[in-house]
Amino acid sequence: MNLAVAAQIISFLAALVLLCAFGMLVQRRMYGLIHLFAWQGLFLSISTAVVGFVAGKHHLYISSLLTLSLKVFLLPYILHVLIQRLKIQKEVETVVNVPMTMLIGIALVIFSYHLTAPVREISTLVTRSVLAIALATVMIGLLMMITRRHAVTQIIGFLAMENGLFFAATSATYGMPLVVELGVALDVLIAAFIFGIFFFHIHTTFDSLDVEQMARLKEGD
Amino acid sequence: MMLLILLGVPLFASVVLAFVGDRRYAPEINILGSVLNFAAGLGLAFQVYLQGPSLAGGKFFFVDAFNVYLAVLTSFVSMTTAVFSRRYMRREREHGRVGHLGMRFYHAMFQVFIFAMLLCLLTNNVGVLWIAMELATLSTVLLVSLYRTPTAIEAAWKYFILCGVGIAQALFGTVLLYFAAEKVLGEGGDALLWTNLSLVSDKLEPTVLSLAFVFLMVGYGTKVGLVPLHNWLPDAHSEGPTPISAVLSGLLLNVALYALVRCKVLVDGSTGTHHAGDIMMGFGLLSILVAAFSLLRQKDIKRMFSYSSIEHMGIATFAFGLGGPIATFGGLLHMLVHSLAKSSIFFTVGHASQMHRTQEMDRIRGLIKGNPLVGWGLMFGVMAIAGMPPFGVFTSEFLILTATIKDAPLLTPFLLLGLGVAFAALYRKVQPMVAGEVPSYQKPMTVANLPVLLHMALVLLIGVYMPHFLNQWFHTAVELLK
Repeated sequence: MNLAVAAQIISFLAALVLLCAFGMLVQRRMYGLIHLFAWQGLFLSISTAVVGFVAGKHHLYISSLLTLSLKVFLLPYILHVLIQRLKIQKEVETVVNVPMTMLIGIALVIFSYHLTAPVREISTLVTRSVLAIALATVMIGLLMMITRRHAVTQIIGFLAMENGLFFAATSATYGMPLVVELGVALDVLIAAFIFGIFFFHIHTTFDSLDVEQMARLKEGD
Repeated sequence: MMLLILLGVPLFASVVLAFVGDRRYAPEINILGSVLNFAAGLGLAFQVYLQGPSLAGGKFFFVDAFNVYLAVLTSFVSMTTAVFSRRYMRREREHGRVGHLGMRFYHAMFQVFIFAMLLCLLTNNVGVLWIAMELATLSTVLLVSLYRTPTAIEAAWKYFILCGVGIAQALFGTVLLYFAAEKVLGEGGDALLWTNLSLVSDKLEPTVLSLAFVFLMVGYGTKVGLVPLHNWLPDAHSEGPTPISAVLSGLLLNVALYALVRCKVLVDGSTGTHHAGDIMMGFGLLSILVAAFSLLRQKDIKRMFSYSSIEHMGIATFAFGLGGPIATFGGLLHMLVHSLAKSSIFFTVGHASQMHRTQEMDRIRGLIKGNPLVGWGLMFGVMAIAGMPPFGVFTSEFLILTATIKDAPLLTPFLLLGLGVAFAALYRKVQPMVAGEVPSYQKPMTVANLPVLLHMALVLLIGVYMPHFLNQWFHTAVELLK
């Protein structure tokens, strides 16, 4: 595989990752969201493997497998189980003002390209153009956490952000040192268990996973 | 070697405590682990004092004048907190606020938290620094919600989400840092080692590093609790168990600031300008002012002192941003004395709120008559934290103020205003609580004397006499952070 082809494949996968991010921004059903998240993880994993192949960095294969097992299978599975246990599979969340959210998302993509322009100029890697998309994915994840009111959706936004970060790590630099990547994966895994526990706590305490109800802690006058 | 013992002890203790669970002697094991840990910390300090900075574990860990005192401070405060938490948590258990499982979890996670902070301080790898910081967050999230009340769960969720998002920005910053470093140092783990990075920081690409610093500032700044990224802090501090408030406020904020300052040194070396410092000064000053005025409005005692923590972290951040030998010296000293004074205040606050079974300041009265140690402890703690001489906080704030008058005279009035308002607010709120008659609902109780006395004695000692070794470390650290 020569570099030009590889660069195109990676760009294509990057576009798909970004598409998934936009899809999540407007998806109203819980299962749909989880599936989109799993797809995003899959594209990420393939793209990591391609980068590893082109650059001859074998430790990226490990990262790729790690992404595949963690973000395509394990986390979506945990979320599925949680949704079934908590009986919220039928829940459809109202998304506030879809067109407006999309427009903000587009603005964020442009902003990301603008922000990473100096980095792209000095980079010599085949993957340099992906950095902007990675940053955009992070920002869209953030936007999703802000606009959604459901605890599960917020967590998926959080995990999508983590995907974006991982994408940045593989695209901007051909992967961080392995010890760092393993540590990050471990942290994500611990976070997954913690939010799992949290869902139960919130559900039993507030009788719903709507975070709008959590507004007791305010500054008193 | 000492370094590995220091890291190994809390990890081992957490495993043991996870098995011991809610048995009667669990708090004692917790104390024993922390005492051993502090002994290892002292050993490490002694080693550094005699031999200077050193690397360990194949360059993976390192210790120099900047992180050694924070590591000793972390092990010391965790030890006194373990002593304090023995009686405190036992009483919470009797009051039924925490159950069987909760206690097991509390002890195990307390040690994991100490481990994460020490790893943060001692690792040489900037990537591992990030991982340890995230681990420190994750280990305390469920401790904040330990009481399972609706407000506690809300506070913990806020803490989890806001710090998770914040720290994610710091990871992006770290990726950018690695991107710049890789060009100079080559690929692989060595390119993220701080000791390597600081040697070549003038060769790192300035545009990339200034972009990276924005992300690092937002990320670690969230954990430091700088305004406007501070929303999680008062909630997490006020809703969690008091020992956790003490270590969050006294230690975790310091560790986050440590990470930020380490990154700033690299960015300054690369850009050769003062932009990073300016950003830090801005955040710092804003934190001081907003926190000082928020102090006035508080009703909950722990909430009030968490705002005071924001103010003091603002002062330290401002000092490091200002730079220069005097301000940096003041910043380092401020981190030390604030940590000691604030955790001591939280100990007395914990006792006071248990005596009255409430955290509302309006209902806490007559502390000096009810229990002299708690009353005077709180009074002197507040005087120390408000910057009255002869306590150590006065020394550090005086140094920072002097440096401000010299280097940034226009900012002096704002700094003074913040300090003045904070002093007035704290004094006005605390004075009625400690003075006056004992209310009927106050319950007398035996309290842990040692932690409060020890902390206050140290703050006083540092105020009137700076030990030689500390002075030497601070001077070396000032050189390092130039």
